[in-house]
Amino acid sequence: MNFITNLIGGLSLGGIYAMIALGYTMVYGIAKMLNFAHGDIIMVGGYTILVFTAQSVHPLIAIALAIVFCVGLGVVVERVAYKPLRGASPLAVLITAIGVSYLLQSLAQMFFGSGTKMVTGLDLGSFNIGSLKISVSTIVTLLSCIAVMVALNLFVKYTKTGRAMIAVSEDKGAAQLMGINVNLIIMITFAIGSALAALAGTFYLMRSPSIYSTFGSLPGIKAFSAAVIGGIGSIPGAMLGGILLGVVEVFANSVSAIAPYTDAIEFAILIIILLVKPTGFLGKKRREKV
Amino acid sequence: MALLEVKNLEVYYGVIQAIKGISFEVNKGEIVTLIGANGAGKTTTMQSIMGLIHARSGEVIYNGQQINNLPAHKIVHLGMTQVPEGRRVFSELTVYENLMMGAYTKKDKEQIKASLDEIYEIFPRLLERKNQVAGTLSGGEQQMLAMGRAMMSNPDLLMLDEPSMGLSPLLVDQVFEIIKHFHEKGTTILLVEQNANKSLAISDRAYVLENGRIVLTGTGEELLASPEIKKAYLGG
Repeated sequence: MNFITNLIGGLSLGGIYAMIALGYTMVYGIAKMLNFAHGDIIMVGGYTILVFTAQSVHPLIAIALAIVFCVGLGVVVERVAYKPLRGASPLAVLITAIGVSYLLQSLAQMFFGSGTKMVTGLDLGSFNIGSLKISVSTIVTLLSCIAVMVALNLFVKYTKTGRAMIAVSEDKGAAQLMGINVNLIIMITFAIGSALAALAGTFYLMRSPSIYSTFGSLPGIKAFSAAVIGGIGSIPGAMLGGILLGVVEVFANSVSAIAPYTDAIEFAILIIILLVKPTGFLGKKRREKV
Repeated sequence: MALLEVKNLEVYYGVIQAIKGISFEVNKGEIVTLIGANGAGKTTTMQSIMGLIHARSGEVIYNGQQINNLPAHKIVHLGMTQVPEGRRVFSELTVYENLMMGAYTKKDKEQIKASLDEIYEIFPRLLERKNQVAGTLSGGEQQMLAMGRAMMSNPDLLMLDEPSMGLSPLLVDQVFEIIKHFHEKGTTILLVEQNANKSLAISDRAYVLENGRIVLTGTGEELLASPEIKKAYLGG
């Protein structure tokens, strides 16, 4: 019985990691950069929900506003911080991303202080099936993640914009020759990634409703690991990696002897997979084009 | 009237000057070829016309409009496109999806369908393999796909960068036949080639590029007969 509870919990946490990992992997695939500020978008989403629920705005509206705000923020960050560096060395872009990450965390501290704040109104209670106690938020998270991933896959595979994203990730120059506005596609990618981050932040708050300025760091870094495990740049890879880490985390946490080492186990998986298969599960060897 | 006019184009890679002030034009309905050895600046010229590389100075005028400050994707909307060197098909997309990417700028569904049917008629091989991922095609098929993809945008001016590179003699003949076919359908062609023999034979006019400069120009026939060209490009 415990096994089933853990499995559902693990899949649901994995879904959250997968959603965040999708942001990393899509941005990497299309803009060829590691957006280390991605985790902090989750934090901004969390604080947005805090602000609005504190004004007794309906939680669903607060979540929608958080998504809108994060999409705006993601697009602005891309335009202001990353776009001017198109063509610059990857190191410069990486350092800029880390700078943006600290900037967002510091802004959060300026506005909300460094203490932990509680978000109310996201607790959906729980229900019992036989002796099984399952929280509603776990199920909502799981179903939403599945819906989002199916929708994203359909979007990428069957829409003109989605296919343009594949084209840009494969060959920016050839994509331009098709008449694709590469900058616009990169912007759309950031917008989608940020929307997913805001959603992931919401589900993370449903699990534990406390928010602080480094709220996004740990899920961010775990989701990044998930993206690398799955093969960075690969959308199904990000989903697979995220689910794997989520399930491992919940099962490890359920065994009291190894629970304190859960994070270490997750990162050990990353290291082992990188040693055995450096491209991740579904990553492709990229031929560097001259 | 010149459809495409290039005036005093200069392109640098860092401090290295790759194109040292070239001028040429392509008139509506012509096939014009730029020939030259490796490193002469042919691809650089093509890429700077398309806006993929920024020229330091000079002008590119297409249909009376100055385009040298436009990004590539806007230039495609004006009715010119390029089959890039090395084909560069989208290997993860299917043949059909690649062709549809070529029609990215087009909105009219019926027109897209008509273009698609026409491409499948010219390249029956692409129809056979339409649901196959482009990465699994042979080099020749990829070249056909790259040409078909470019034609999906119904360009007035089609530029081809070394379309015969790396193909067997039989396929090379086929590629030139298809270029002629596109031309007969009313497309103006700017061709870049190392295969001087074949390309001069189908060209109205040609320019010879050496070290970033145009050193010789004339009709295709004149250049084919020119002793200098024979010596340098046609193997005696």
